[in-house]
Amino acid sequence: MLAESLALSAVLFVIGVIGVLTRRNAIIIFMCIELMLNAVNLTFVALSRFYGVAGQVFVVFVMTVAAAEAAVGLAIIISLFRHKQTVNIQDINLLRG
Amino acid sequence: MDPHYPLIYVFHFYLFGVIAIASAVAFVTRKSPVAAALWLVNTMFCLSVLFVMLDAPFIGVMQVLVYAGAIMVVFLFVVMLLNLGHPSDLADVRARWWKIGAGVFGLVMLAEIWVISKTRLSGDLVLPRGANEDTLARLGAVGAIAQPLFKDYLLAFELTSVLLLIAIAGAVLLGGRKGGADAR
Repeated sequence: MLAESLALSAVLFVIGVIGVLTRRNAIIIFMCIELMLNAVNLTFVALSRFYGVAGQVFVVFVMTVAAAEAAVGLAIIISLFRHKQTVNIQDINLLRG
Repeated sequence: MDPHYPLIYVFHFYLFGVIAIASAVAFVTRKSPVAAALWLVNTMFCLSVLFVMLDAPFIGVMQVLVYAGAIMVVFLFVVMLLNLGHPSDLADVRARWWKIGAGVFGLVMLAEIWVISKTRLSGDLVLPRGANEDTLARLGAVGAIAQPLFKDYLLAFELTSVLLLIAIAGAVLLGGRKGGADAR
């Protein structure tokens, strides 16, 4: 099942990247990043059957980092929304010189 | 490398894999953020089933608890908080060049899958067959994770706690009322 797992993971990752590249809603872009992290987790778990349990430990770390990232990112989105009244990234150009 | 799997296992693997892909496609194409979040939760449930089938039951439980249970609830909470339920004014997709770029990226990844499926791993990188099953049977589903987590990766584990602390502080600082963004 290794090849199928890796293929599924790659397909899910590509769907996440396509979402990041084509959507304009900042929250949906964030959720696409979560989907990409999930795809990578599937790779870790599938390979951990052949390379040892360390892969599953790394999945735990990825989950913690994802939680931290979601907390900080959503706080940033909330403060952006307060500032601009939108989450459309076309209208958010604070860092454009 | 793969041992022979029973048909029912393969059937369920493909079933949940196809459901996961279909949910992910639905997630990317939905206009409403709430509907997109619920499709993403469906994808995560399917992935947790696959984790259990791939001999990682603890990761499957964590997937449901942490991802589908906690992170997605936070996302939905923010969507409701910002009153973004109306899809009309924020649900556009970007211009044509982004779509073309995404398509090219997809083709590159498909080519990578094809190349990976043609390569063969060298033998000394591969664990002896059944090694993980032995670990699971010896230590249990939680112990198999906890043993390396608290022994080999203890420093990374402690650093993760620091990361979470900083993330909490950052979230409070950014989202708090006195953050400066609100002092119009």
